[in-house]
Amino acid sequence: MTIKTYRQTLHDTLAEEMRKDPDILLIGEEIGHFEGSYKITAGLLAEFGPKRVKDTPIAEEGFTGAAIGAAMLGLKPIVEIMTINFSLVAMDQIINHAAKIHAMFGGQVNVPLVIRTPGGGGQQLGASHSQNIEVFYAHIPGLKVVCPSNPADAKGLLKAAIGDTDPVLFLENLGLYGAKGEVPEEDYVLEIGKANVARQGKDITIISYSKATTVALEVADELAHEQISAEVIDLRSLRPLDRQTIVESARKTSRAVVIEDDWLTYGIGAEIAATIQEGAFDYLDAPVRRVAAAEVPVPYSKPLELASLPDAATLSKVIHQILDATAFNR
Amino acid sequence: MVSRNTMTKTGRATNKASDSSNVDSGHQDNKDLLLSFYEEMVFIRHFELKASEMYQKAKIGGYCHLNLGEEATVVGLMRATQKQDYLFTTYREHGYAISKGSDPGRVMAELFGKADGVSHGWGGSMHLFDKETHLMGGYGIVGGQIPPATGAALAISYKNTPSTDSPIVVCIMGDGTTNIGAFHESLNIAAVWKLPIVYVIVNNFLGMGTSVDMASGEPELYKRGASYKIESIRINGEDPLEVYNTSLRMFRIAREEHRPLLIEAMSHRLKGHSVVDPAKYRSTEEMKEAEQHDPIPMLEKKLIGLSYLKESDITSIVAKAKERVSSAVAFAEQSPNPDIRQLFANVYSKKLPNDFYRLPGEPLFDEHSFSK
Ligand SMILES: Cc1ncc(C[n+]2csc(CCOP(=O)(O)OP(=O)(O)O)c2C)c(N)n1
Ligand SMILES: [Mg+2]
Repeated sequence: MTIKTYRQTLHDTLAEEMRKDPDILLIGEEIGHFEGSYKITAGLLAEFGPKRVKDTPIAEEGFTGAAIGAAMLGLKPIVEIMTINFSLVAMDQIINHAAKIHAMFGGQVNVPLVIRTPGGGGQQLGASHSQNIEVFYAHIPGLKVVCPSNPADAKGLLKAAIGDTDPVLFLENLGLYGAKGEVPEEDYVLEIGKANVARQGKDITIISYSKATTVALEVADELAHEQISAEVIDLRSLRPLDRQTIVESARKTSRAVVIEDDWLTYGIGAEIAATIQEGAFDYLDAPVRRVAAAEVPVPYSKPLELASLPDAATLSKVIHQILDATAFNR
Repeated sequence: MVSRNTMTKTGRATNKASDSSNVDSGHQDNKDLLLSFYEEMVFIRHFELKASEMYQKAKIGGYCHLNLGEEATVVGLMRATQKQDYLFTTYREHGYAISKGSDPGRVMAELFGKADGVSHGWGGSMHLFDKETHLMGGYGIVGGQIPPATGAALAISYKNTPSTDSPIVVCIMGDGTTNIGAFHESLNIAAVWKLPIVYVIVNNFLGMGTSVDMASGEPELYKRGASYKIESIRINGEDPLEVYNTSLRMFRIAREEHRPLLIEAMSHRLKGHSVVDPAKYRSTEEMKEAEQHDPIPMLEKKLIGLSYLKESDITSIVAKAKERVSSAVAFAEQSPNPDIRQLFANVYSKKLPNDFYRLPGEPLFDEHSFSK
């Protein structure tokens, strides 16, 4: 076990997999000579050379689509899209092509493609650079979307994504790159589609993913001091979605809240809430609440940006509201 | 009004000098080649006419775009490919699939949405795919095929060095498609990465009803290659031999040098954009002109002139084509519909944990799946 950042873990995992499989190549803007906008690929050009670490023109549609074609012929491309905001210009290739090619052509060809891209607000990058739009991709049958919340999961899920024979959107987070955590030394793969009960509890279930999970765990720690036992479910995968784990937890605790960095309306939390009402209706003591981003283009000004994004204090407040409304006794 | 007269319809032009043909129509050795082109063009013509008829009879659903008028381009191009070459094409691809080697019965079965279709009933007319023949798909999104085709060429260059038998990618598109961003992004990528791909623009003067002149700042589309230092050529797409010769030469360069090239084949669409389009936007003169450029009678005339063909041969070639088309239809008719139990079989290539494979209205959970 070593303590590593999320960034370093991604870097090391990419290098480890590339050493094992010569068919893996990296494709993206500024990943080679510039060593990556967020330095995930630092040093990889030097180790693997320009054939396997391909700097691209600024052409997300072109190079994401090219990765699809390369995958169709048996390579295992890993695309880096600088941030998820720029994936919008590649959406035709991701949704109309990567997600469709296996089914639409009758199962004759696979698309073993990984698209790595960070989401995340809170960096004062303004409206066009601060979005959490993973739900666009999580909506699409044919895609998988994974969203590790800590370094150890980043390793296990990246290995799973690389080993997968279908296209996987691997969601990173600008706010997590510097986060540290224990990462096991050995080789391991996390199964895509399985949620993680990140903390056991009995009074309320907090469901979250990606960076919001760190907020959920922080709040759960604080609640423990008040003798409130919160269970935290880290989704790890948005598609496929582990509904069973969510519902089992909600049945156990009778209360549930979602914390998500995307917008409320039609967001990931909406799907979670619908799942819980269908699977645990008779077990619930309170309506499922969602703590999500305010419905505005994310502002630049720090006080405005902070006001628009969900945080620990808000989650804690909402949890107390739920508990109070259900006459919770410590 | 489509001002097609301003275009050099059959004139040959290049953005680079090197140009020499290697098969000459007046040469006795080429009799068999020309006759086989003719037979295949006639077959595709009758396949497409039958597809149109089957569409009217509602045997075929969705959109159905035909190669009527483009047979010389289709056959000339496909005959110049080698078995190991990969083809990415558009929704107007029945002829290409057949000419690249797909069984016509399985192509017709796909149009019928049947289990024996080349895409097992999942693609329909616009999305033919045949792993065996390296047909890597017809694509219904305009320009959608261009980035994956370019990436397939990347995979080729990753695994192969340039040589006389290196595979290449042939990527077909229409004239209208050259205005979409994916075209430009891909050509640029192919140029900087030196990929073995030949882009082919089939210029039939029309998008759906919008002409090249209306839609393209530079209507001489082959010139767009110059922006990316891609050698390109405009050829007469009505002459299968010219298409074949040029393709052979361009494909050879892509194979032996691993670099992208561009061909613009000037062609004509004899009917509407798709089967249901009455093409009211085209004048009678324009339609008449298109008919005068029908490559099949043109080739017939040439072959008769060269004494390669007699009127009686034509009758028997047409009869044979119709017979093959009938058996393709018969095959499609008897093929079963895909099994509804297979509905979720190919959403992903492997079975998922926590699958969500429910038919509309089915509950998310089975009560017995929960403990106690
Ligand atoms: C992205 C996209 N936009 C629009 C369409 C609708 N559409 C289908 S075919 C077509 C015209 C394409 O013309 P061209 O590239 O010349 O090909 P042709 O049909 O003439 O073979 C259009 C606009 C589409 N399928 N995809
Ligand atoms: Mg056209």
